[in-house]
Amino acid sequence: MSEFIIELKNVSRYFGSVIALQDINMQVKLGEVHCLLGDNGAGKSTLIKTLAGVHKPSEGEFLYEGKPMTLTSPRQALDLGIATVYQDLALVSLMSVTRNFFMGRELTKGWGPFKYFDTQTANKIAVAGLAEMGIEVRDPEQAIGTMSGGERQCLAIARAIHFGAKVLILDEPTAALGVKQSANVLKVVAKAKARGLAVILITHNVHHAYPVADRFTLLNRGQSLGTFLKADVTREEVLEMMAGGQELADLESELAEFQRADSADNDGGNHALDAGQAATNSMQKAANG
Amino acid sequence: MSTASIESTTNSRSDERIREVSKIKKLLNRPDFGAMSGVILVFIFFAFVAGDSGMFAADGILNWSTVSAQLGVLAVGACLLMIAGEFDLSMGSMIGFAGMVIAIPALYWDWPVWSSILLAFTTAMAIGWFIGYIVVRTGLPSFIVSLAFLFILRGLTIALSILFTNKTIVSGVDRVAENDWLAPFFGGEFGTGFFTWLASIGAISTYNDGSPLVSGIPMIIVWCVVLAVVASWVLFKTSFGNWIFAAGGDAKAAKNVGVPTDRVKIILFMFTAFCATLYASCQVLEFGSAAADRGLLKEFEAIIAVVIGGALLTGGYGSVLGALFGALIFGVVQMGIFFTGISSDWFRVFLGVMLLAAVLFNNFVRKRITQAS
Repeated sequence: MSEFIIELKNVSRYFGSVIALQDINMQVKLGEVHCLLGDNGAGKSTLIKTLAGVHKPSEGEFLYEGKPMTLTSPRQALDLGIATVYQDLALVSLMSVTRNFFMGRELTKGWGPFKYFDTQTANKIAVAGLAEMGIEVRDPEQAIGTMSGGERQCLAIARAIHFGAKVLILDEPTAALGVKQSANVLKVVAKAKARGLAVILITHNVHHAYPVADRFTLLNRGQSLGTFLKADVTREEVLEMMAGGQELADLESELAEFQRADSADNDGGNHALDAGQAATNSMQKAANG
Repeated sequence: MSTASIESTTNSRSDERIREVSKIKKLLNRPDFGAMSGVILVFIFFAFVAGDSGMFAADGILNWSTVSAQLGVLAVGACLLMIAGEFDLSMGSMIGFAGMVIAIPALYWDWPVWSSILLAFTTAMAIGWFIGYIVVRTGLPSFIVSLAFLFILRGLTIALSILFTNKTIVSGVDRVAENDWLAPFFGGEFGTGFFTWLASIGAISTYNDGSPLVSGIPMIIVWCVVLAVVASWVLFKTSFGNWIFAAGGDAKAAKNVGVPTDRVKIILFMFTAFCATLYASCQVLEFGSAAADRGLLKEFEAIIAVVIGGALLTGGYGSVLGALFGALIFGVVQMGIFFTGISSDWFRVFLGVMLLAAVLFNNFVRKRITQAS
């Protein structure tokens, strides 16, 4: 068996004349969090859809546990243990925690036409599965709609883990979340890693990625800028390499320039100075995530 | 935000963000709570206004429970389909159509009655399959597709009965159904021996010759109870029931986790057709006649009963018991108005007000259960 559970070798994907991905090389290891970074339009979505069996690579090789493989459907990927948690999470907000947890894969008991959904055992499993991820659910019959975005994300991850995922692909899990909820989700990611799963984390927020990731693959305009071990790069270097890094730095220096010009020009008054400072502050905040 | 994060670091076993919810609040969150209280109110009202009019004597009870059960059979089908996020407006026309499919072969082509009943069920369910197939394949709203079939089926029923029999009301089915083995399951009565015994000990009133005023329970009531129990069990206790909720709650999410939402919806369209045919069979075999205009507006009455019962028009939420309560309110008020002597014109006013109140209440309930308070 190979050292890596998933390996991509020179994978390219074209949509007509558009090159969505070109010569991507990537290795995913069990027990590691592999972070996929890139700005909008860098090809992150195409790459994860290729891993999840939605798209077939136009060129190149996809190896699963060292064996070349062609995924024909998301179902096949799921059967292999590659589970993807998309941004819409595939949860129904009017349904209860348990009903969502087992949706499509209900736990049944009984025989023939009298087979029934064993809600009591299912409740216990759902509560235990969530507790393992650090989410306390008092009432598994409560509707998902009452849960916060972070809790829903964790539920979707716990569900994927319970149903035997070996590779967990998370698409922007912290995109719509606040600071505390993001931290909870990242904790769950760390727990999944501790259980020996391979996690592929897609994000464009370095500050969320850096604390949990072991490896980074950076994408820019459909091409890989390389894969780096965490030990080899600093947060700032990663940020720098992302398309946004350089531009944010440029913006910052431009704003500093603007501010200097303002303070030199005393006639400009305090009002303009304040505005410039406020803009700089908000930019710094944005850069810090 | 900062206080919340501090609280979370205390790592308390019980989540401080979840309030203890009382039993009453839980009851309030049940989909059928509104209809349940409606039933109680309606009964209290009529107990005061018409308590001594015979409405609650054996024959009075049978009177309104038969009307309720007829609607109940339709409401159970409409309820499951509405929870799955679809409507079937062709139910009323299907009643007329199925009635004619039973009556014409039995009376004009010398078919045994049992075979024409089976023909009605298979034809209706095939049409139900076709409606469902169009809806899931085209993605068109079922409102429009089934509205088309409301007209198609009604038109077919009238045209075909004129073509084959030259009339739109066909009677005499009871004559040919006399010795049929299947007909009593729809047109017969249940528990006749029990009612004769009740009359003999003087527990219920009798005619002058000693035969009981109420000779048995019409089969439609038995069917309604059986159907409701089975449908409720399927909805809440089986995988298929979970798929019904999932298909209506968020079909895309359900599909993404492998729920066969198309199959679920087609099966439920077949089920509403089955319910409409069941209604028609009981009616034709009990009264011995079929008419092309039977079942007019029944599809809307069924939807009203389901909505009063707490189901959301947008799907994903509701209960069979609620739909049954909705049908019961409907039947009790419709019949109760005769007993009170109030002009029956007021019935529709009441119905409209009930519907509006139910929708407002359901809206409130949905907000309660889906929003983090």
